[in-house]
Amino acid sequence: MAAALIVLAGLAGWEALVRAGAVDALLLPAPSEVASALWNDRELLAPDLAVTTQEVLVGLLAAVAVGAALGVGMHASRALRSALRPLVIGSQAVPVPVIAPLLILVLGFGLAPKVLLVALVCFFPVTINLYDGLRRVDADSRKLLRSFDASRWQAFRLLEAPAALPAAFTGLKVAAAVSVIGAVFAEWAGSDAGLGHALLTANGQLETARAFAATLLLFLLAVALYAVFALLERRVVRWR
Amino acid sequence: MRTQTEAPVAEPRHVGSGDAGVALDGVAKAFGDVQALAGVSLRAEPRETVAVVGPSGCGKSTLLELVCGLLEADAGSVRSAPAALMPQRDGLLPWLSALDNAGLALRVAGASRAQARAQASEPFAAFGLAGFERARPAELSGGMRQRVAFLRTLLAGRPVLCLDEPFGALDALTRTQLQRWLAGALAREPRTVLLVTHDVEEAVLLADRIVLLSPRPGRVVGELEIALPRPRERTDRRVVELREHALQALGVA
Repeated sequence: MAAALIVLAGLAGWEALVRAGAVDALLLPAPSEVASALWNDRELLAPDLAVTTQEVLVGLLAAVAVGAALGVGMHASRALRSALRPLVIGSQAVPVPVIAPLLILVLGFGLAPKVLLVALVCFFPVTINLYDGLRRVDADSRKLLRSFDASRWQAFRLLEAPAALPAAFTGLKVAAAVSVIGAVFAEWAGSDAGLGHALLTANGQLETARAFAATLLLFLLAVALYAVFALLERRVVRWR
Repeated sequence: MRTQTEAPVAEPRHVGSGDAGVALDGVAKAFGDVQALAGVSLRAEPRETVAVVGPSGCGKSTLLELVCGLLEADAGSVRSAPAALMPQRDGLLPWLSALDNAGLALRVAGASRAQARAQASEPFAAFGLAGFERARPAELSGGMRQRVAFLRTLLAGRPVLCLDEPFGALDALTRTQLQRWLAGALAREPRTVLLVTHDVEEAVLLADRIVLLSPRPGRVVGELEIALPRPRERTDRRVVELREHALQALGVA
């Protein structure tokens, strides 16, 4: 309730500023204009939303699969850990806007480069949080399992994996929040559809209100994905 | 399963010829520069409860981990029948129900979830925990958690139980109740017990013998036979005398 009031007050202030002529409406359209652009251009924006949603979902799925495998692998094997850690960390130093055009050149205009970039942005929080979660298991519980002569696999299944779930969900939620960044950069580098593409076109046409409407949809997409993982977390991690 | 071996070896060390006892000879253990144990020798005969009492940080927990095969001694020999550990904090897994926690060792031994539950549920009720099978550890009182943890240790089916300050985190009232309860549980199902505690009175109430350790590096500074009939009362004159005697030997009283 209080949150809704704060948002409403912010929007009202923004609206008032634009109407009073304090800022150029071409640079910052009023919320009412963004809302009407969202409605009027709905047939234009809906297919773009579908395209970007698909890119983000497939990319996230790939990130979870690869990220989980890397996190578990780094936890299980010292050699893998030493070999992969610099690569995993270094992957996040790669400037996405720079490699996006290269990926488009190699992989074409289709879904593949978008999925790859989303996955590149998203796998890191999944891997690192899962890896940390697996490592930070209570020492007493470890001793307990060892005193029962538990195998490496039993210790993983009965102790480490469930203990790491809360951290893993943190990784998933961070990944969901940043996932659209990868998709937008990939679309900017080369695409004929998607919200990033719509954003670029609208900017070029000085359709600022539509650009803001596309941004709003990206915002809502990220929030929705985050909410899905948060809901899943509440159902799975019930002991917290 | 039972083999006669001398430390250090990777496998849990078992005493030969059907023995269910524990024998430590001149055991030393250091962690980096910190000498935890310096030449500790002690013995627990089959079905004997031996309390190990000493000040904080004298290596009592290390002693139990050596017996359970979780650590290797730097020197000396550790021989023991297979031992199950009850760690200092109960070590219950927060995502498992109380019943599943109690049956954890059975699952590790290869039982399915259903089999482990079936096998654990009868003693679970006998331990006064009926009705709390599905409760998670966070919903249990401190005393109940300790009972679940003890049942888990018992169900591991090892002849030796290593209890690391089982009641250290409880309030005085619950501690008294659980001491009586443990005495009863061990009378019904005798095992060889190593009971680590810093509570001298608890040791006198529960043990057949008390081994007194010095401050770090831990070494044995005395042994007391507690040849008193059970159940024992804390107000019993002989209990009080033995407690004072032990405190004196530790240099406290």
